[in-house]
Amino acid sequence: MLRSIVGAALLGAAVGSVLAGGVLIAGAQTGAAKAAEVGIDNFTFNPQKLTVKAGTTVTWTNRDDIPHGIAATGNSFARSGALDTEDHYSFTFTTPGTYQYFCYIHPHMTGTIVVEAATGSNVTP
Amino acid sequence: MTQFDRDDGVSRRKVLECMTWAGTGVLWTVSGGVPHSLGIIDEALAADAKGLTFLQISDSHVGFDKPANPNALGTLEECVKRINELPQKPAFMIHTGDITHLSKVAEFDDADRIISQTRLDVHYVPGEHDFLDPDQKLYKDRYGRGTKGAGWYSFDAGGVHFIGLVNVVDLKAGGLGNLGNEQLEWLEADVKSRTASTPIVVFAHIPLWTVYPEWGWGTQDGAQVLTYLKKFGSVTVLNGHIHQVMQKVEGNATFHTARSTAFPQPAPGAAPSPGPMKVPDDQLRKMLGIANVTFKQNEQRLAIIDTALQS
Repeated sequence: MLRSIVGAALLGAAVGSVLAGGVLIAGAQTGAAKAAEVGIDNFTFNPQKLTVKAGTTVTWTNRDDIPHGIAATGNSFARSGALDTEDHYSFTFTTPGTYQYFCYIHPHMTGTIVVEAATGSNVTP
Repeated sequence: MTQFDRDDGVSRRKVLECMTWAGTGVLWTVSGGVPHSLGIIDEALAADAKGLTFLQISDSHVGFDKPANPNALGTLEECVKRINELPQKPAFMIHTGDITHLSKVAEFDDADRIISQTRLDVHYVPGEHDFLDPDQKLYKDRYGRGTKGAGWYSFDAGGVHFIGLVNVVDLKAGGLGNLGNEQLEWLEADVKSRTASTPIVVFAHIPLWTVYPEWGWGTQDGAQVLTYLKKFGSVTVLNGHIHQVMQKVEGNATFHTARSTAFPQPAPGAAPSPGPMKVPDDQLRKMLGIANVTFKQNEQRLAIIDTALQS
């Protein structure tokens, strides 16, 4: 079964744009959509630590035979719905920072997204 | 079993061999305050145990259709058929969670339709798979009436005090199962006025003891439960979640996990992850099942027994 959690992803993008203010617009002006992938295999986020530029859409794909769910520590980004096998969840990170997250169904599964300023300068949120 | 008292010198495999039983179900009896296993369900029934008998089923994962068991509803039906064939009708049943796989309405409906065919009262506690609907309300709407918080409660039957706990909500990053302060405070108050001779049965989804933290098989604040239950001569903790039978005896407490009715999971550390374990078709049903629990009352001796040993 292939199913994208579109609603959750759109909500995530909306929340992201609110958090980021004008940054999302700047990203849109460049026109180049940046994307990165995190696989979920054997109850592990792969890569466990991912570094991206601001404006990157990160997509998680669950390849396990058991559902997983993405939740950020401190709710720093929007939580996914339950991802069944081959389901995806996408979130666009617009604000530089370090985002810790975990599987809210199997909380021993943890990961990190490091978002760097799109310009390359070290901007702290 | 001395292996449990030692941290070194005994391989994990050896310990697991000690903890793992064969058979389709387990019957329990209490005599002199010590819970004993009488063996697999058929032997146990042959022993014609008298006293309070109840059933435990767990991890039905209705909706699961992956290779480890393409028909989890079918194997639940087989378990119900087995229950209905028991010569001694149990007083009631407990379900230790993961009723559904994805908390869908249709999954809860199917589970109800099959489980109700036992015509037994069923006392549920939720698994993490029962709180996956966006509002986390389907489980509570169906099974949460009269419960506290996320669905914890207690009741008395046959002189035994039963406590259903919820350790699958508000899970913390990097952590294990979680009960939380509100529930622990409720538990402390719930057992405070009860006499030490009252047999206690605690049931919850994730094991309250630490089975294998690397796979999240344990409950962060589970030890606190045992602190509150220290004075009781007989404490039995029934869990699911790990889809295999394991047992541990520690002081006055006996811990036991039940099989799933849906699919087996690997022994701790025996696979890269705790995901559903695909076994040959003719092996699957040997790894699923139900548990049949019986208490024999012997109240004069209950309170004086302070160490429980596995028979």
